[in-house]
Amino acid sequence: MNRRNSFGRRNFFKHAALSLATARAASPSSGNLMAQKPLIWDVHFHLTSWPGDTPEDRMKEIVKVLDRMGVDRVMLSLGYPLLENPSPEQLRDENDQVLRGIKYAPDRAYGFVYLNPNYVQASLDELNRCVRDGPMVGVKLWVARRCNAPELDPIVERAAAMKAPILQHTWLKVGGNEPGESTPYDIVELARRHPGVPLICGHTGGDWELGIRVIRGVKNVYSELAGSNPTSGYVEMAVRELGAERVIYGSDAFGRSIASQLGKVMGADISESARKLILGENLKRLLTPMLRAKGYSA
Amino acid sequence: MIDVNVNLSRWPFRRLVGDEPADLVAGLRKRNVTQAWTGTFDGIFHKDLSSANARLMEDCRRYGSGVLIPFGSINPKLPDWQEDLRRCHEEYKMPGIRLHPNYHSYGLNDGAFGELLHLAAARRLIVQLACSMEDDRTQPPLMRVAPVDLAPLPDRLNSSPGTRLVILNADHVHNMQLLEKLLSTGNVYFDISMVEGVGGVSRLAQKISIQRVLFGSNYPLYYFESAMLKVRESAFTDSDKQAVLEGNARRLLAA
Repeated sequence: MNRRNSFGRRNFFKHAALSLATARAASPSSGNLMAQKPLIWDVHFHLTSWPGDTPEDRMKEIVKVLDRMGVDRVMLSLGYPLLENPSPEQLRDENDQVLRGIKYAPDRAYGFVYLNPNYVQASLDELNRCVRDGPMVGVKLWVARRCNAPELDPIVERAAAMKAPILQHTWLKVGGNEPGESTPYDIVELARRHPGVPLICGHTGGDWELGIRVIRGVKNVYSELAGSNPTSGYVEMAVRELGAERVIYGSDAFGRSIASQLGKVMGADISESARKLILGENLKRLLTPMLRAKGYSA
Repeated sequence: MIDVNVNLSRWPFRRLVGDEPADLVAGLRKRNVTQAWTGTFDGIFHKDLSSANARLMEDCRRYGSGVLIPFGSINPKLPDWQEDLRRCHEEYKMPGIRLHPNYHSYGLNDGAFGELLHLAAARRLIVQLACSMEDDRTQPPLMRVAPVDLAPLPDRLNSSPGTRLVILNADHVHNMQLLEKLLSTGNVYFDISMVEGVGGVSRLAQKISIQRVLFGSNYPLYYFESAMLKVRESAFTDSDKQAVLEGNARRLLAA
């Protein structure tokens, strides 16, 4: 049974009336916002820190919250403990946890395989194991190595051949990034070397007023909204400068509240068509070739 | 619904939807906010706080139509700040004041802060203490302001009995030791605008009691919906939700 359908529109309205009122109020020009619940897919979601001793236990908790918040599906990556520079064995362990999580709730989560460019061959092997031969649909890169490094090239090429989108963490900290931590400038370098490959700029650099400008001219780089304070103006600027088609919702849960991040999109002064693109339709479009290849019904 | 954390005027680093008084009130009304405890961004950045508070009062009167409740800004490092406090209380009849120790360059172990707490308690003014305004990793390079260090606060409160304190813009869930010390001092409340993590607000409520949690959005600097959705994420009972959205603030105001 499809859990998302079992939750359904009726229950969504029951549990979400308060939020719907606020969402409508945020966009008075479209009083029927969410009269049809928009598709909500979260591109940035982790198993880390959720209560539960096993991936299945954690996934059970995750599904409860997704139901409460009206989120249809999450892209799950990173297990536990949270390792910044995992060895090949540790990579496998974390990806195994994610595999168990998405197996528990296949209609609520897809997997993004966690790779470490400091171990290129092991990463390619994991890509094969989890995406080519397994159920995962995308790639997650974090802070082991800056993504402008040439070691990223074979990973990007292999992922592109599989039609797997890549979510790359980026930040632009005013006090300076961590040594292996990528910036939007780094992802732009990588994107220019791989112009046909969709790269998702995780956090849009955190300092979004800079990050949006950095990626603006490079059309295969997407802005992702997760993991920063819900500062007003973020989504409006992204839509204005990039077009709504290049903006993707994510939360970075568990560390971030789903609510605080979803509120960025729900509260933004943008058109309802733009809001729907950001909440789910853009990610679904990016993933469609992969989902079709795997025979998944989105 | 009562939002205890709203600001008038302009944030200096970007324009915001709702940074005109009429727009702010309209935005609050659309979101079913019946009362907003309202400070002013000018109170963070200006030296002439007497003028900033007078404008705050006037804007609340002119545009607020009962929704905007002014909370004037006090900087205890300014000369004759006691007169600002007196005006907020006696002339403007404000129920409380708002403090920004980090932007005003003093620590909570500063004697001036202690004196301010004493005087505010004597006047039965609610004290709102904003720990930060934004992520310090993304601040303009020439305006980097670290969050307020709350460590000295329990001792300060112990020596100022009667203080009614609302801590704004902080995520306390990860600092249980400090939370317990603060709770033991008496009338301390917490808003939810910067509480993070899935279910962070419900975890905060479990640790400190639902009666100490207040709905605050940091609107219009933050998207109002982010705070609103946190209440939904928390899966409160109807009575707990009512307490957070209104009851607790109303009780504090009446105390």
